[in-house]
Amino acid sequence: MLRYVLKRLLTAIPTLFVIVTVSFFLMRVAPGGPFNLEKGLNPTIIRNLERMFRLDEPLYMQYLDYLWNLLHGDLGPSYVLPDFTVADLFRAGLPVSIQLGASALLLALLVGGTLGIVAALRQNRAADYTVVALATAGSTIPTFVIAPLLQLGFGLALRWLPVGGWGDGALANKVMPILTLALPQIAIVARLMRAAMIEALRSNHIRTARAMGLPGATVVLKHALRGALLPIVSYIGPAAAALLTGSVIVETIFAIPGIGRYFVEAALNRDYTVVMGTVVIIAVFTIVFNLIVDILYSALDPRVRYD
Amino acid sequence: MTGDGTASAPVRGRSLWGDALVRLRANKAAVVSLVYLALMTLVCLIGPWAAPHPFDEVYPDFVKVPASLEPYPHEADIAVSLGEAAKRARLDLVGWRRDGGTVVIELASAKPIDERNTRYIDRQSSFSGARITARSDDGTRVTMTADIARHYFLFGTDSNGRDLFTRTLIAGRVSLSIGLLAGFVAITIGVVYGATAGFVGGRVDNVMMRIVDVLYSLPFIFFVIMLVVFFGRNFVLMFIAVGAVLWLDMARIVRGQTLSIKRQEYVQAAEALGVSNAGILLRHVVPNTLGPVVVYMTLLVPQVIILESFLSFLGLGVQEPMTSWGVLIAQGAKNMPSANWMLAFPSFFLTSTLFALNFIGDGLRDALDPKDR
Amino acid sequence: MTLRALVRAFALGLVMLIAGAFGASAEVVYNRGNSADPESLDPHKTSTVYEANILRDLFMGLVVQDAGANLIPGAAESWTISPDGTVYTFKLRTGALWSNGDPVTAGDFVFAFQRLQLPDTGAEYASMLYPVKGAEEVNQGKGKPEDMGVKAVDDQTLEITLKSPTPYFLELLTHQATYPVHRKSVETLGADFVKPGNLVSNGAYTLAEFVPNDHIRLVKNPKFYDAANVQIDVVNYFPTEDRSTALKRFEAGELDSNDDLPTEQLADIRARLGDQVHIGPYLGTYYYAFKSDKAPWTEPKLRRAISMAIDRDLLAEKIWSNSMIPAYSFVPPGIPGYESRMADYAASSQLDREDEAKRILAELGYGPDKPLKLELRFNTSENHRNTAVAVQDMLKPLGIEVTLVNTDTKTHYGLLEQHADFDVARAGWIADYKDPETFLRLATTGDGNNYSLYSNPEYDGLMKAAAAEPDPAKRLGLLSDAEAIFMRDTPYIPLLYYSYHDLVSPKLKGWQDNVMDVHPTRFLRKE
Repeated sequence: MLRYVLKRLLTAIPTLFVIVTVSFFLMRVAPGGPFNLEKGLNPTIIRNLERMFRLDEPLYMQYLDYLWNLLHGDLGPSYVLPDFTVADLFRAGLPVSIQLGASALLLALLVGGTLGIVAALRQNRAADYTVVALATAGSTIPTFVIAPLLQLGFGLALRWLPVGGWGDGALANKVMPILTLALPQIAIVARLMRAAMIEALRSNHIRTARAMGLPGATVVLKHALRGALLPIVSYIGPAAAALLTGSVIVETIFAIPGIGRYFVEAALNRDYTVVMGTVVIIAVFTIVFNLIVDILYSALDPRVRYD
Repeated sequence: MTGDGTASAPVRGRSLWGDALVRLRANKAAVVSLVYLALMTLVCLIGPWAAPHPFDEVYPDFVKVPASLEPYPHEADIAVSLGEAAKRARLDLVGWRRDGGTVVIELASAKPIDERNTRYIDRQSSFSGARITARSDDGTRVTMTADIARHYFLFGTDSNGRDLFTRTLIAGRVSLSIGLLAGFVAITIGVVYGATAGFVGGRVDNVMMRIVDVLYSLPFIFFVIMLVVFFGRNFVLMFIAVGAVLWLDMARIVRGQTLSIKRQEYVQAAEALGVSNAGILLRHVVPNTLGPVVVYMTLLVPQVIILESFLSFLGLGVQEPMTSWGVLIAQGAKNMPSANWMLAFPSFFLTSTLFALNFIGDGLRDALDPKDR
Repeated sequence: MTLRALVRAFALGLVMLIAGAFGASAEVVYNRGNSADPESLDPHKTSTVYEANILRDLFMGLVVQDAGANLIPGAAESWTISPDGTVYTFKLRTGALWSNGDPVTAGDFVFAFQRLQLPDTGAEYASMLYPVKGAEEVNQGKGKPEDMGVKAVDDQTLEITLKSPTPYFLELLTHQATYPVHRKSVETLGADFVKPGNLVSNGAYTLAEFVPNDHIRLVKNPKFYDAANVQIDVVNYFPTEDRSTALKRFEAGELDSNDDLPTEQLADIRARLGDQVHIGPYLGTYYYAFKSDKAPWTEPKLRRAISMAIDRDLLAEKIWSNSMIPAYSFVPPGIPGYESRMADYAASSQLDREDEAKRILAELGYGPDKPLKLELRFNTSENHRNTAVAVQDMLKPLGIEVTLVNTDTKTHYGLLEQHADFDVARAGWIADYKDPETFLRLATTGDGNNYSLYSNPEYDGLMKAAAAEPDPAKRLGLLSDAEAIFMRDTPYIPLLYYSYHDLVSPKLKGWQDNVMDVHPTRFLRKE
C-alpha cells in the first residue's frame, strides 16, 4: 500500500511539470500584459515595471527562473498586488476557501446522501419523484442566480443573515455561501446515490441478505450502502478538489476573501505568477484527492487491490 | 438471443436498441421530456422567424418594459413618449388626445415649426406615419396626427429595448447548438481515444491514459478562460475547443467498456477468424459502447450549457448582437430585483430544457441497463 | 498547538470579546464600501481612485483636499511661488509628526520625490511629478536623483524647481503619488514597510489591518496635528466589487456608504432610496477613439459625421438611466476658470445633425453601393455593451455597418497601448488633477495614451505654448483654443461625461458632493 502511494506521488512530479509548462506558455501567448491598465501608463514607466519584475528578459529565461523558484517553494511576487507575494495571498485565502468548501462538501454528502437513499428506497413513488425533481432543479439553476436570491431573501427581506462579507469568519456570514456552494453538489450526490443504491439493492448479495431475513435497516445501511458508496467516492475526488479551492462566483457575490476568485481575476489581469500559483494548487489538490479516492476505493471494494 | 438450432426461418432476436426503445417508451418522464425537447428545439428554430420583432431590433422607447399581453405603448406610455419627442424636437407639447388607433398632437414653438419635425414623432417607436393635419397661419402652432403602433412584448424587453421573446428563442438556438457541438466533439474524441487505448492495450494504453491523467489535473476554468482570450470570442471555435477538453471522462468510460468487450468470446472468435482490428473495432467494440455514450451525451450537453452561462456571468459570453440563455440570465441576474422578467423567462427556458435533458438521460440509462432485462 | 498557546489564544479572544462589548459604544466606526482593493498601500506604487480614497486617510501630502475637494494646506502650512512660476517654496507645518512620533521634515519629501522617480521603485504614477526639473530624466534612468529640482533648505523648508511654469502643480500635489513616506521604515523594512504594524503614516489615520479581498481597517492617528477634529475613530474599507451586493449590503445597513451602485437599476434605486443616492458631474469623459492614422479614419470630416450621428441624449437617458451626462466637449465642465469648447453642432437639433452627417457621407462617396464598414471594440462590461449596441443602431440608418467586438480589459488596452489595428475603440479618462491639461494631453503627438495616434502640429503648438505660459488665464485660453481644434478634427468622439454615483447613509454627516468625488474621512461625522 505504502509503495503504491509513493509510486503515485512520484508519478505526480512529471504531471505537475507538464502542467506548469503548458500553463506558463499558454498564459504568455495571451494578448495584453499586467501593466496594460484602463488608465494607460507612460511607456517609460511600463519599461521600469517590466524590468523590475524581470518581464523584459527572454521568455525561456523567465520560464527557467520560474521553475527554479518553484522547486524552492517560491511562487513569486504578485505583479498586480505588489504588497503581497503569491504565497501571502494563498496563506490568507486558502483557509477561507477550504472552510467553505469542506462545509459545503459535508453538507452535500449528508443531505444529498440521505435524499438519495430515501429516493432509492421509495423508487417510483412520490418521495422519489420529489427528490429527483429537486435534485435536477438544484443542478440546473446557475449559482449566480441562486446567490442573489438568497441575499434578497435572508439578507434583505428577513434580515436574518448578513448580505455579504466574511466578518472575520462569523458563522452567520458563512451560511449563505455554504448553502450556495452546496446546493448543486447536494443535487448531484442525491442523484448518484439514488442510482447507485437502486443498483445495490437489486444485487444478488442484498437479495440474499434480505431473503435470509436480515432486518431492512441493517441491510440498507450495512450492505447496500457500502456498495453504493463507490460511485460517490469517485465523484467526490475531483469535486472536493474543485470545492476546496474556492468558487469565483460565490466569492465575488458574497464578498468572501477566498482564493477561488484568483482563477478568473488573475487570468484576466494577466497576473502571471498568481495564475501559475493557482494552477499549481489546483493540480496538487486534484492529484492528492484522486489518490485518496483510489485508496478509499480499495477499502470499500475488496476486489480492488493495490500493491 | 439464441435460435433453437433448427433450420426454420431465423427468429428475429430482439436487438439491444429495439429492446431499449420499448422500455424507454414505458418511461413517462422520459417520453414527455423527449417531446418537450423536440418542441423546444422546433420553437427555437422556427420561432424567431414567426416572432413579431427581429431579435436585434432596438426600440429606444421601450427600454426594459415588463412582459405584457397588451400591446405597447400602454396608455401611460403615450404621454411619456410624446413628451420626449417634443423635448427632442424642442417644441412645446400643448396637448394630445387619442382617437382610436391614432393620436392627435398639438405642438407649439416660438418660431415657425419645420415640416421635418414629424420625424421626431415617427422616431418614437410608439408612433408611425406622423403628418401635419393643421397649421396656424404664422406656423408656430401645428396639429399632427400619427398612428399608434401596436408592439407585443410577451416577455418584455432588455436594457436596449429589444424584444426578449425573440431574443430568448435565438438564445435557445445558440445554447442548444453550443451544447450539441461541444458534446459531439467531446464524444467523438473520447470514443476514438478510449476505444483505441482499450483495444490496443499494453504500453500504448498506459501512455494514453497517463496523458488523460495529466489533462485531468489541469484547472479547467483557467483553460477555458485562456481559450476565450485566444479565440477572441469566436464561439464555434471556442466550443469546439471546450469539447476538446471535455472528452476525458468519455475516454475513460469507453476504454473500460472496450477492455471488457475485448474479453468477450465473440470478439475473440472474430479475431480468430482473421477479422482486421479496424473491423472488430467498428463492428463490435464501438456499437457496444454506444449505450453509455448516449447517456453520457445527455449529461454532457447540460454541463456545457451551464458552463456557457458561467462564462457569460464573467462577461465572456457570445458577441452581440447574438445572445445565449447564459448571457440573458446573467443580464437578468444583474437587473434583479427591479426587472425580474429579464431573469424569469430565460431561466425558465434554460432550466426546463436542462430538466428535460436530465430526464432523457435517466430514461436512457434505465432503458439501456442490461441488468433490467 | 501547545497548551500555553491555546491558553493565550483563549485569553486574547476573551479580551477582544470584552473590548468589543464595552468598546463598541464609545467608538465611532465607519464602514466604507470602496469598489476595489488597493493594488498596494505604498503611495508610490498606486494609480487608481480606490487607492486614492484609502491613502488620503492614511497620508498627508504638502497640500490636501477638503470635504469639497478644494485645495487647503496639508503638510505644508504655507508656500510662495516665484514670479516666473517655476520655483515653489513650501513652509512645513511645525510640530507635524509621523504616527511613530518622528517629525515630518522637508527631507522626507525629498526622499519621497526621489524614490517616486527611481526606476527600481516601479512607480505607476511617476509621471505626476515629471514637471519637476530633472524628474523625468531620473525615471528614464538618464539622470541622478540629487540633480532633481527638489531641495530641503532646512527641516521646515522645501524648495521645488519646475521645468516650466505649471499652474496646476499644486493640484498635482494632491495626488497620492506625491505623498511622503517614512524614510527609516522604507530603508530598514524594504517592501514590507506597508504591512500593518509596520506602516508609519502622517495622515489622520493609521493602518491596523489589511486582509486582501476582505477589509482594510484604519484607526485614528492620535499624533495627527488636527486629531481633535477627527470624529470617526475607525474606518473599515470593504472592497465591493459586485455592485449589486454592495447595494444590498448598504440597504441592510452593513455599509455606511459605497462609491458605486448598479446603474442599470438606477431608476428603481432612486425610487427606493431617495436622497441617499448622490449623483453629479465628475471629471471624466467616456469616449470612442478613432484610429486616425488608418484609412478611411484619416478623414476628419468622416470622423465628425459619425460623431454627429450619435444621439447622446438617448445614450444618457435610456442606456445609462441618467447616470451619465451627454458630452460635446472632451474636457468636462467643472474646472474653475476654464470654458469647455463644445462641438459646433451641440446647439443644433439631432435631426439637423443627422441630415448633415448624411450629407457629409454622401459627399465622401459613401452610399448604399459603397457602405462604410466599422468595427467597434469595447472592453467587457454590461454598460459598455449596451452603449455599443445603441450606437450600432444609431449608425445603421446612415448606412454604416457596425460590427461589435468585445474583449477582456487587458486585451483591449493591450491593443490600444500597442497601437495595434482597430477602427474605433471605447476608452475613458478620469482627471488625475483638476486641470484641462490632463485631458487635452491625450491628443498630443507622442503621448503614451494617444490611442488615436492623432498628430496635428497646430494642436501640439498650442499645447506647448500653454505649457510655457505663466499667466493662468491666458494659459487656459490657449488650452481652450486647442480643444476647439480637437473638436473640429474629432480624433476621439466624446460621448458622455462621467458622473459620480455614491450611496450615502443619512447617518453620515459632512459629505459634500464634488466633481472629484473626494471625501476624506477626517471631515466626516457619523451619528
